[in-house]
Amino acid sequence: MVIIFQSKPSIIASAAVAGPLERKSVFYSYFDSVVEDERWHQTTNEQGNAKMIEEACQILLKKANLNNLDIDFFLAGDLVNQMTPTNFAAKEIAASFIGLFSACATSVSSVIIACLLTELGASKYAIAGASSQHNSTERQFRYPIYYGAQKPATAQWTVTAAGFTLIGKHNPKNPSIVAATVGKVVDYGQTNPFHMGAAMAPAAYDTITKHLEKRKQTIKDYDVIMTGDLGKIGLEILKRMFAETGATQEELNIFRDAGAEFYGEDKSFLAGASGAGCSASVYFSYILQQLKDGRYKRVLLVATGSLLSPLTFQQGETIPCTAHAIEVTME
Amino acid sequence: MNQEQFDKIEQEITPPTPYVKNVLKAFLVGGLICTIGHAITYFYIIFFDFTEKTVGNPTAATIIFISMLLTGFGLYKKIGQFAGAGSAVPVSGFGNAVISAAIEHRTEGFVLGVGGNMFKLAGSVILFGVSSAFVVSLIKLILVTMGVIEW
Amino acid sequence: MIFIDFLLAFIVGGLICAIGQLLMDVGKMTPGKTLSILVVAGSIISGLGWYQPLIDLAGAGATIPITSFGHSLTQGAIAEAEKHGWVGVLTGMFEVTSSGISSAIVFGFIAALIFKPKGKVN
Repeated sequence: MVIIFQSKPSIIASAAVAGPLERKSVFYSYFDSVVEDERWHQTTNEQGNAKMIEEACQILLKKANLNNLDIDFFLAGDLVNQMTPTNFAAKEIAASFIGLFSACATSVSSVIIACLLTELGASKYAIAGASSQHNSTERQFRYPIYYGAQKPATAQWTVTAAGFTLIGKHNPKNPSIVAATVGKVVDYGQTNPFHMGAAMAPAAYDTITKHLEKRKQTIKDYDVIMTGDLGKIGLEILKRMFAETGATQEELNIFRDAGAEFYGEDKSFLAGASGAGCSASVYFSYILQQLKDGRYKRVLLVATGSLLSPLTFQQGETIPCTAHAIEVTME
Repeated sequence: MNQEQFDKIEQEITPPTPYVKNVLKAFLVGGLICTIGHAITYFYIIFFDFTEKTVGNPTAATIIFISMLLTGFGLYKKIGQFAGAGSAVPVSGFGNAVISAAIEHRTEGFVLGVGGNMFKLAGSVILFGVSSAFVVSLIKLILVTMGVIEW
Repeated sequence: MIFIDFLLAFIVGGLICAIGQLLMDVGKMTPGKTLSILVVAGSIISGLGWYQPLIDLAGAGATIPITSFGHSLTQGAIAEAEKHGWVGVLTGMFEVTSSGISSAIVFGFIAALIFKPKGKVN
C-alpha cells in the first residue's frame, strides 16, 4: 500500500545516540551522544535500553526547543519482549503513546504513522523512532553474552543505538516525507536466524518495486535508496534481484544499506550491523544531515524487519519479513 | 521474482561455509585444550596422591575453573568464535555454557534467574547423558542376564 | 616418551572436537544438539567397552571432551547394575555423578556472584 502525503509532514528535528562499541561506526561523528556504558549506568540491560530512549528523546526536544508537554504522540518500539524499554521510556516522556513492533523496520513504520496523524491534523508534534540494545536483544534471541558459540560469516551484530525524529507540519527548511509504502509480510522460506539478510532481501525488493511502480518512478529518481539492516550479504542479494530484473550497474550503485556500512570493513562484525537502532540511528542522523546539506534531494529509506521470535525459530518456523519505506525530499 | 529464482540468487551470493578451515581450527584448539588438561593430570598425579583412575575429577574441575575466569572476562566468547567446536566440545565448553547463563541471568535474581536458567544451554547434555547411561546399562544388564555377554 | 603421551592427548582430543565441528557445519546443528549427540555417542562407546582403552591411550585427550561425560555416567550405572542387578540400574542413576556437572554448578554460582555482564564483547 502506497500512501501519498498531501501535506508533506516535515522532520523538524532528529536525534541519534549509541553505545560504546558504536564508536567504531563510520557514522559515529553524526551521532549526538555516545555513552561509555552498554547499560547506560543502569542495573539491567533493559533499563539501559529505556534510558537510551529517554536520552535520545531529551536531545531531540532540546534541539527543537520544546518540552515533553508539547508532544502529542510518542510512537516507538524496540526488540525486547513486549517492548518494555520503550514502555518505560514512554512513562517518562508522558505523551500519548502507542508501542509499535515491526522488528527492525519500526524506525520507518513509526514515522509513517506519525505522518498520518500529522496529516490528519491530530498531531502537532509527534516523536517517532526505534532503538535496540545489543545485550538485551542477544540474550533474548540468541545466547548469553559470554557464551562462546561460533557465528557464521552471514551473521549480523545487533547495534546498541536509538534514533528518533520529531514529525510536524510541513516546513520547507526541513526534510519532508512525501510518500510512504507500508510493506507486506514476505516469506521465502528462509529459516537461518544467522542469515537474516537473505530472509529480508525479498521483503525490501517487494516494497521498493511497489513504491517505484505506484509513484511512477525509476531507481534513478533517487539519490540513494537505503535499506535498513540487510547487511553486506543481504545487500548483495537485493542488488542481484534488481539486476536480474533489468537494473543497470549505475542504478545498482544507488542502493546502500545502513547495516552493511555501519561498522565499515571491520571483519569482527561479520556481515555488518542489524537491529532497530541500526536503521534508526543512521537514517535520523547521517541521511537527514545529507538532505539538509543539500547533497541529497530525494531518498528512499527502506527499513527491513525479520518478524521472528526465539519461540517460532525453535518450533522450526520460517522467518517472515517485512519492509516499510518512506520517501524523503528536501526542497 | 519466484521462489526458485530467489533460491538460486541466495545460494550464489551466500559465502560457503569454510569446512576445512573450521575443522582445522577446531582440531587445533580442541587438541590444545586437551593437552593443557593432560598437563594438569600430571600435575595432580605428581604433586598430589591422585592415580590415573581418579585424576579425571580434579582435572575437569580445574579446567572448568579456568573456563569460569575466561568466561567472566569475555575471553571464552572470542575463543569460541575462532575455534567453534574446538572450545565447545571440551568440558570447558560445558562450563562456559553453564557459567555464561548464570552470569547473564543474575539480574533476575538468584532463584528464578541464576537457578532457573543456569542449565538452559547445558541441560540437554545432562538429560541425554543420564538417560543414555540408563538405557545403555539396562541393555547391558539384559544381555548379561540372557547370557549373551559378561560384565 | 612423554612427548608421545602429550601428542596422543592432542590428536585424540582434537579429533573429537573436529567431529563436533563437522556435526555443526555439515549437519547444521546448534552447539547444544552437537554436544548432546557427542554425549550419547560417548555413552554408547562406553557401553561397548571401547572408551576406557581410549582413555588409557590418550589420557586427557579422551577425558576432557564432553564424550567422557557419557562414559563416566554409563560406567557408574553399569557398576551399580553389576552389583545390585535390576535395582542397580535404577539406584545407579542416583549414584552416578560427574565432576564436570558439580564443578560447573559451583563455579557458575560463584561467577554469578562476582561477574557482571557489563560491556559488550567483540
